[in-house]
Amino acid sequence: MAEKDYIQGATGAWEIVIGMEVHAQVASKSKLFSGADTTFGAEPNHQVSLVDAAMPGMLPVINGFCVEQAVRTGLGLKAQINLHSVFDRKNYFYADLPQGYQISQYLQPVVGKGELLLDMPDGSIRTIGITRLHLEQDAGKSLHDQSPRESFIDLNRSGVALMEIVSEPDMRNSEEAGLYLKKLRTIVRYLGTCDGNMDEGSMRADVNVSVRKPGGPLGTRCEIKNVNSVRFVQQAIEYEARRQIEILEDGGKIDQETRLFDTGKGVTRSMRSKEEAHDYRYFPDPDLLPLEFEQGWVDQIKATLPELPDEKKARFIEKLGLSPYDASVLVAEKESADFYEKVARGRDGKLAANWVITEYFGVLNKSGQSMEEFTITAEKLGGLIDLIADNTISNRLAKDVFALMVETGKDAATIVEEKGMKQVTDTGAIEKVIDEVMAANQDKVAEYRSGKDKLFGFFVGQTMKASGGKANPAAVNELLKKKLAG
Amino acid sequence: MAAIDPGSLTIASALEGLAKKDFTSVELTQACIASMEAARPLNAMITETPEKALEMAKAADERRSKGGEVGLLDGVPLAIKDLFATQGVLTTAASHILDGFKPEYESTATANLWKQGAVMLGKLNLDEFAMGSSNETSYYGPVVNPWRAKDGTKLVPGGSSGGSAAAVAAGFALGATGTDTGGSIRQPASLCGITGIKPTYGRVSRWGIVAFASSLDQAGPMTRTVRDSALMLRAMAGFDPKDSTSVDRPVPDYVANLDGGVKGMRIGIPREYRMDGMDAEIVALWEQGKQWLRDAGAEIVDISLPHTHYALATYYIVAPAEASSNLARYDGVRYGLRVPGKDLNEMYENTRGAGFGREVQRRIMIGTYVLSAGYYDAYYTKAQKVRTLIKKDFEQAFQRVDAILTPTAPNAAFPIGMKNDDPVMMYLNDVFTVPTSLAGLPGMSVPAGLNSAGLPLGLQLIGKPFEEAQLLRVGQTLEKAANFTAKPTAWWRS
Repeated sequence: MAEKDYIQGATGAWEIVIGMEVHAQVASKSKLFSGADTTFGAEPNHQVSLVDAAMPGMLPVINGFCVEQAVRTGLGLKAQINLHSVFDRKNYFYADLPQGYQISQYLQPVVGKGELLLDMPDGSIRTIGITRLHLEQDAGKSLHDQSPRESFIDLNRSGVALMEIVSEPDMRNSEEAGLYLKKLRTIVRYLGTCDGNMDEGSMRADVNVSVRKPGGPLGTRCEIKNVNSVRFVQQAIEYEARRQIEILEDGGKIDQETRLFDTGKGVTRSMRSKEEAHDYRYFPDPDLLPLEFEQGWVDQIKATLPELPDEKKARFIEKLGLSPYDASVLVAEKESADFYEKVARGRDGKLAANWVITEYFGVLNKSGQSMEEFTITAEKLGGLIDLIADNTISNRLAKDVFALMVETGKDAATIVEEKGMKQVTDTGAIEKVIDEVMAANQDKVAEYRSGKDKLFGFFVGQTMKASGGKANPAAVNELLKKKLAG
Repeated sequence: MAAIDPGSLTIASALEGLAKKDFTSVELTQACIASMEAARPLNAMITETPEKALEMAKAADERRSKGGEVGLLDGVPLAIKDLFATQGVLTTAASHILDGFKPEYESTATANLWKQGAVMLGKLNLDEFAMGSSNETSYYGPVVNPWRAKDGTKLVPGGSSGGSAAAVAAGFALGATGTDTGGSIRQPASLCGITGIKPTYGRVSRWGIVAFASSLDQAGPMTRTVRDSALMLRAMAGFDPKDSTSVDRPVPDYVANLDGGVKGMRIGIPREYRMDGMDAEIVALWEQGKQWLRDAGAEIVDISLPHTHYALATYYIVAPAEASSNLARYDGVRYGLRVPGKDLNEMYENTRGAGFGREVQRRIMIGTYVLSAGYYDAYYTKAQKVRTLIKKDFEQAFQRVDAILTPTAPNAAFPIGMKNDDPVMMYLNDVFTVPTSLAGLPGMSVPAGLNSAGLPLGLQLIGKPFEEAQLLRVGQTLEKAANFTAKPTAWWRS
């Protein structure tokens, strides 16, 4: 672990240890054990079956599609798929938990150990262990702000399928935790097993944080529940680590507890202590048979997996000559990678990457539009790059053309044609411009000839300016050198 | 036409009478309703549904008069244990906590009966949440056994399907549904002198039946004859995709080969069921049963089920554990009783404290305890291991025999109130029925005789998984030999 990751306290350096449990909602039209709809934003209690409301005598029936998505996700995390797994009941009372228990998987989850690779900004890779992935039901929602005297319950989420993905305590700072959550989101979105919409609660993280002296034994951890954005995860870790260090340096000790992150104040607050922790009395759900798969079925799913971000990144580096950083930026969203590949097809990969990352994303992000809405299609951007490649326009001029493309929606060739922006490669015409520039700056020519080499740039600039930016820079360089030499 | 006495009919004879137009379903149903009303002193019903019954009977008569196809039970009045959800009809599980609960759905088992034309007389009393062996834990008060002691002392009908057994024995329902978790069909059948079969686990759908212990609960018929049980089971049983533990196997015609006899069959007698201090009359009846089957051509084989001794303890860990979780949904939030409190936890405490009776509370506490951190392995895990051993005992025995004969219960009907202060004494009533439940096997009780006090006693037959047809055939043989024709005097009419 690098020194820079340590937090300096009054008594020396401290190391943060972070593990995460991410709840990812399975992208399924119906719930884990009932046929009720899962569409986000419905009227309260309009997507509730008799099973979800735990009416007497109702029984759960497993949704096979959700199981398949869990297996797909496990395969995407290069994890062990357990051919035999068991649903357990996690018993506790709460008003938005109609059955009085949550159906989950405890000792025998559907997915075992796997791994996830973090693409660090310096181009290096960190491996974070995945402990397990299991399927479970979501609870309903308690609404405390509808009435001063009562709480209301919305059971639309009750029974919705979640994948709980548990990491090893392998992260050492908030940046890694943020990257972990982003990468997990990227993977489930590539797989299509979760839409990754954190705003709609499709992904939520429970973050376990402890601190220790570098290399020392693990400290007591606190679990920060239900954090729903990358930024909040990072803020919560920063706050929580400093809180724990302060307590320890004051001679106190950390109580193992569950805490909540107050997004308004940026602080974590105690929710319940270990003493108040529930005894969940897990036991196998007698209403459900164990999940049993054939290896062949798992192999079939494996065969349908798309190219995942890590593989895509490796291919971009190897086959298209991209830097690891550029490659990881492009693969972070499948749409970006697909867009880039369309632009790069039959063109220079590096040039295409530069244009997609710097110019295209720059303008897109400012526009606030989605990739589908944005006027610049992959074909249009490709057309612009073609004009650079065949020397019709210079790279610098291309930026102006791109701005006009965004503004007018026209394609690059039309703009270049209409505005007469074609690059001048005719040496006669360039020579004529150079002659004019030299005539107007005879003093500088003399200085240059007497050894002031630095003035070369001045002449290039003047020539380009006089040509309206259309002169081919390479030709300008060559001819200037010749003529200035006398 | 002479007045119909439903007490003198069986389902089979009623179907014959309906087919021959000796009487209509409406007439039969009216007679049943009159008997049901006269039998109110037995407290067998929680809810009577006479209008619904007559409506269904009328529809049955119309089907018959049109001469088209009729159902297996078309026009036959039955009563339903109040553990089955019945659409639009109060469903209580005999618990205060389900006050006013009228489900919007019909259990699969009862829906199957209605599909075959059966008529519903109403909902039967039972032990609260089917927890009990005497029908004394009901919020609606105890059911009285139609059979009285000679001195007139009122006796329990057994439980938990006590209302079902009493209704059939008293003669106002031609058949009733029961559920059996550890003996709740077989023990009351024995104590009331009727027949009852608990099918193989997975044979009848549990969907829409208020859950007690999910890995054990199984519904079945309670009737006057073995033939009636065969008829009714055929209508109730079947695969149900809404119950994941339901088994996808065709339902055979249980009646077709009912009279095939037992010649050449091997009947096992488990030595572990011969317990110290057992009632001599029950031992004698068991011996008699062996003789009847031997006389009918079966071979009697001594077998061993070595883990029998642990079955009751195992059952009273597994069943309460599951119940403690199954009953968590009765929290006052969505339906049934709610007793307000100053906060959510107090509302839970008030509601569940008032809504559940003592026995249910006891089992929730036992179940919560055995599932608790630190006790789970010692109790629940160990009980599951023993359960597997008990299952293996039966598997091994069934390699040598076709069915097993034992007593159904260790005693005849006992006075109301006698065992209320001693739950363990009460639990011992299930000692012969619980092993079958733990193994998920079909078991039935057939009335075999009266004891010296004039009270009925049953014998239990245990079969191989999904071999109900064979089991019923043995039952039919036993019934024929026992020729049990005694009936309780209708003292409640006076």
